[in-house]
Amino acid sequence: MSEATQYETVVGLEVHVELHTNSKIFCGCSTAFGAPPNTHTCPVCLGHPGVLPVLNKQAVEYAMKAAMALNCTIADVSKFDRKNYFYPDSPKAYQISQFDQPIGEHGWIDIEVNGVTKRIGITRLHLEEDAGKLTHVDGGYASLVDFNRVGTPLVEIVSEPDIRTPEEAKAYLEKLKAIMLYCEVSDVKMEEGSLRCDANISLRPYGQEKLGTRAELKNMNSFRGVQRGLEYEQWRQAEVLDGGNKVVQETRRWDEAQGKTISMRGKEESHDYRYFPDPDLVRLYIDEEWKERVKASIPELPDARKARYTSDYGLPSYDADVITASKKMADFFEASLSYTKDAKAVSNWIMGDLLGYLNSNSLELSDVKITGQGLGEMIGLLEKGTISSKIAKTVFKEMLESGKLPQQIVEEQGLVQISDEGAIIAIVDKIIEANPQSVEDFRAGKEKAIGFLVGQIMKETKGKANPAMVNKMLLERLQQA
Amino acid sequence: MSITIKDVEHVANLARLELSDEEKGQFTEQLNAILKYAEKLNSLDTENVEPTSHVLPITNVTREDITHESLPIEKVLLNAPDEEDGQIKVPAVLE
Repeated sequence: MSEATQYETVVGLEVHVELHTNSKIFCGCSTAFGAPPNTHTCPVCLGHPGVLPVLNKQAVEYAMKAAMALNCTIADVSKFDRKNYFYPDSPKAYQISQFDQPIGEHGWIDIEVNGVTKRIGITRLHLEEDAGKLTHVDGGYASLVDFNRVGTPLVEIVSEPDIRTPEEAKAYLEKLKAIMLYCEVSDVKMEEGSLRCDANISLRPYGQEKLGTRAELKNMNSFRGVQRGLEYEQWRQAEVLDGGNKVVQETRRWDEAQGKTISMRGKEESHDYRYFPDPDLVRLYIDEEWKERVKASIPELPDARKARYTSDYGLPSYDADVITASKKMADFFEASLSYTKDAKAVSNWIMGDLLGYLNSNSLELSDVKITGQGLGEMIGLLEKGTISSKIAKTVFKEMLESGKLPQQIVEEQGLVQISDEGAIIAIVDKIIEANPQSVEDFRAGKEKAIGFLVGQIMKETKGKANPAMVNKMLLERLQQA
Repeated sequence: MSITIKDVEHVANLARLELSDEEKGQFTEQLNAILKYAEKLNSLDTENVEPTSHVLPITNVTREDITHESLPIEKVLLNAPDEEDGQIKVPAVLE
């Protein structure tokens, strides 16, 4: 795929985030994921005639909280509108959304790509209801409809067309996800569809102010998918323009398996949603007192935490970025620091053993049992020399699986490091006696032979011998005779 | 402002309605009459009147985030034209 060099890429993202309220936005049905089809439905969310929606206050407050965390101005007066369209996933044949008075407008977030910080504008954040889920069956002749998801509260977050590369798009999504997690308004699980992303992308010659014709990309089911979809589309549009043709304004679907975008024919009619105010829902006045109350509930956000980690604990910017990307991880980091002062050691264990284990097993921090206290205390045992770094790895693994504290693991499994001089000399002598050939090799100048002997000693002590002492004493003994 | 046959065709298409030529003519006439009637409102001076999105003098009607029992699945499916495994079966809509 050739790099598009003569064109500037312009991307704006529309992100839908499910708010994790207990009940739906306009009725009391549960929003729990994974229930049998259509068991979380009622006359309101099924759109039966004569029913009345009543707004969930928690959904409004989550939307306000999210909007504030994205530096939006919160509306003094907001209202709900009907967006009309026919599709089997929408039982009312309209979606309750917000047209001209969204909860929040004019926000921004900062992203970092290759060490450069860039500000991306947020046009608006509005509240709306989710649609149902369709599964296609019978060779594509029929669809099955599950209305459980209908009425789950969503916020739609629309960015300004400030994004210039697929990498920036990915960084924007990651930052957005982190902020939503910190605010605890959503669990943001892309695989469960609680964060979904559509993208508008166009190309224009460098220096030209007017935007090129855009394509709307759908069906990108992961952050990586968004990046790949945009990379493909950037290339495709450059090819079209290079060939002297015009980009057609259309909706295209990202096909992960084929690795390309495909035009969605049949949606040719221009969107004509005929928005109008929903007569069933009265206006929402948001006064200063309400805004202040919600604002007070916003915790320290990732950017602020990252700044603190680099300045107070001296963590590298990259490490601080990775740790603060998830609130749970940042909380875990800070919990460890109640038990050890060595923040860099904590960071190194997180960046190395912990993330290595989580990534290779596709797990989240909440899936393993280790606690901040456990990691902090284990680092303390290392500092005191009670355990070796090799043993620490065993203890760490055990903590991941059982959640036991390191002291208990060390005692139960007899993992205390052997640092007694007499005990180590006895083992050294035993190994020297048992391996005369290696001893001879070493004395003949084969320095490698010492490695074999150290290995034998570690094997004999099940890795518990203090490595520095073993090396020192073995060398002394070999040079003595 | 006046409605043309084209507008009627567009609105009918959005509403998934199939209209005969006779109906199209009839609806064009009727819709124009309705709009003309509504146009009377333009004669009022609304310079200092805030736009109304709702006629009731109430605001901020909300409920607490508490779950209620949902409808039993048998009742949910009573209105379904066809069903399969607790889901509503409909003709496929191709994207």
